[in-house]
Amino acid sequence: MTEYAARLKDIRKDYVLKSETVRALRGASFDVPTGDYVAIMGPSGSGKSTLLNLLGCLDKPTSGEFFLGDDDVARMTDDQLAYIRASRIGFVFQSYNLIQQYTVLENIEVPLLYQGKLSSEGRRRCRELAELVGLGERLGHRPSQLSGGQQQRVAIARSLVNNPYFILADEATGNLDSVTSEEILTLFQQLNNEGRTIIMVTHEDDVAAHAKRIIRLRDGVVQSDQPTVNRILCRPRSPIAASGELRAASSGEVHAA
Amino acid sequence: MSFFLRTFQLGLKSLLLHPMRSLLTVLGIFIGVASVIWLLAIGEGISQEAQRQIEGLGADNIIVRSVSPPAEVMAAFSGPVPYGIKRSELATLEQIPTVKSALPIREVRRTFTFDGNDLDGRLVGCTPEYFTVTRLELERGRLLTEADNNNAQNYCVIGSGAAEELFPLTDPLGQRVYLLDSKDYYQVVGVLKYRNPTAAIGGSLEAQDFKNDVYIPIRTLRQRTGDFIYTRRGSTRTVEIIELNQVTLRVQDVDSVKVTADVVRMSLGVREPEKAHVVDSDGSEGGETKVTNVAANASLPPPRLDVAVIVPEELLEQARVTRMMFMVFMGLIAAISLLVGGIGIMNIMLATVTERTREIGIRRALGATRSHIIMQFLVETVSLSVVGGLTGILVGLLCPAVIVGLRYLMNTFAPELMANLPDVVQRIQPQIVLLSLPLAFFISVMVGVVFGIYPAFRAAKMDPIEALRHE
Ligand SMILES: Nc1ncnc2c1ncn2[C@@H]1O[C@H](COP(=O)(O)OP(=O)(O)OP(=O)(O)O)[C@@H](O)[C@H]1O
Ligand SMILES: [Mg+2]
Repeated sequence: MTEYAARLKDIRKDYVLKSETVRALRGASFDVPTGDYVAIMGPSGSGKSTLLNLLGCLDKPTSGEFFLGDDDVARMTDDQLAYIRASRIGFVFQSYNLIQQYTVLENIEVPLLYQGKLSSEGRRRCRELAELVGLGERLGHRPSQLSGGQQQRVAIARSLVNNPYFILADEATGNLDSVTSEEILTLFQQLNNEGRTIIMVTHEDDVAAHAKRIIRLRDGVVQSDQPTVNRILCRPRSPIAASGELRAASSGEVHAA
Repeated sequence: MSFFLRTFQLGLKSLLLHPMRSLLTVLGIFIGVASVIWLLAIGEGISQEAQRQIEGLGADNIIVRSVSPPAEVMAAFSGPVPYGIKRSELATLEQIPTVKSALPIREVRRTFTFDGNDLDGRLVGCTPEYFTVTRLELERGRLLTEADNNNAQNYCVIGSGAAEELFPLTDPLGQRVYLLDSKDYYQVVGVLKYRNPTAAIGGSLEAQDFKNDVYIPIRTLRQRTGDFIYTRRGSTRTVEIIELNQVTLRVQDVDSVKVTADVVRMSLGVREPEKAHVVDSDGSEGGETKVTNVAANASLPPPRLDVAVIVPEELLEQARVTRMMFMVFMGLIAAISLLVGGIGIMNIMLATVTERTREIGIRRALGATRSHIIMQFLVETVSLSVVGGLTGILVGLLCPAVIVGLRYLMNTFAPELMANLPDVVQRIQPQIVLLSLPLAFFISVMVGVVFGIYPAFRAAKMDPIEALRHE
């Protein structure tokens, strides 16, 4: 993996409607070093979801540069983007978004299925991940048999299965009570400590406080980009994460308004 | 491959999620596939039946039979009723260039006796060639010879059944069979092997069971019996005059059978069955044609009803026509139900796609390409239609049993209706065509693919972001 998980430069996104053009993003730029833990905040309609969709390669920017690792994602075809999603991005959604007919284990396997890597090796990894998120005993259960927190754990295990460049979490704790939210955030914390890059969208300040860095959007531009108190407290464990850490610190200052 | 397996698994899962719905959905495919198998099985049965008939008669033969007039006609006559083929006509038929030989037969019902054993059977007067043409094989002794015929010898060759019934303990060869009715004896010179009975054809040729026959030279029969048949039914007594019961014409080669048949019909004054039919149906349709037909009919002598010409070749053709009609009819049913079934499946799949919009969004977010989504829904549609196809195949295999049961019911509860059905239909023995099983399977897969394409594309066309937002 390269030192940057993602780099965005002057990203614009226009939605062309019949009567008008909605300019959802108007030139957002920031870098996400590997091992970073970013919270994206901002008022409603500021472009958070739009940005997350772009980061998740579900959509392409109208203009601007977007590098995922070393690849120029902005110029990729639909199928290439699908492959990128399958192999490099982990999604965690507010409403868990598990496939109802599948068991816990089968849900975790889905990204491997589309990557064409569903092997016994991959299956073993899925089992390990289920154990990592504390669901080793419930592999054969269906989403409807699990609590919200447990479902979100399955979603997190699923987001990890392809060893992604980063995990995108859109209001991942939005549907959970405070105790369960705390558990999930602890899990994110643990993953980040292991060197995983996490980008999450949230409305809540105390959720954002878990991140190392907060990017605030307003009207489609980055309003502020500041490190949190965690940056100083958190001691990275892996050397890769450590190198990312340094760059994050320097680049964070550049973008800070 | 694992992708396919997983998708197939999911297909089955969503099938079982709504078993009733799936069942109703696949009903059309089920009926369609079953009727494909049925139509092929019945078609095969028809052609095999025809084949069997022709085998019994010989494809290069033409059989001319005397047909006894109906009982009412007989009763109306006070004197003797002459009918059937005349010996003079036999001479005419022999003159036809394409006819190799003409074998006359005269047959009467008789009671045979030997040493206290009685047997009712057919006394057949024939020529030596008859045994070859009818494929009667010798078990022991010898067949009748030309000399036997010329000298009008009292020799006979007996069928296997007659040998068993009349001579349970004795060797029949050299023994003399006594005929009660004509009070004379025939010496047994040969015993025949068992031969499979032939089926009846139309109204003119009844089923023949050769085992109780006793064969004597035709000349002997004529001398002993004459042309008169006396029958006593209650108080009425009828006298029939019949010279020959049957003439089997051996035609040079199979290709000239049809031409020869036309010549035979013309010289005997017999109307061809299909042509008669055509005239009838034409006449009832348009006024003008009716006039011309009436005129044409008037100029012809009235057709002869006491002689029937049976052409195995034509029977084959009739069977082919019946088979074709059946195939077209059943094929239409199959096509309609497959179409309806396909539309049903498409309808359900469109509903499923809408129902599962969110799932599609999730899959797209997790890396499914559009082709993955298309494949997924195609596999699901195909598994649906294949389930219908497989049950259809199972029911299709029941065809022979169902036909037998149906015929039994018809015979029990509606015998008149049954009697009016065409001969082939009455005797049909469906034969499952092995090839129809993979064909039916292929058809059900194709229905799934054809009717699954559109829903699958609808699913793949969705925008992942919007699909994810879908409630
Ligand atoms: N598909 C779309 N078509 C047209 N306009 C859109 C579309 N998606 C988003 N927008 C517009 O773009 C702007 C940014 O929307 P976005 O959903 O990114 O906001 P957000 O920050 O996620 O808000 P919230 O906190 O309410 O979720 C809004 O003005 C929105 O109306
Ligand atoms: Mg949003």
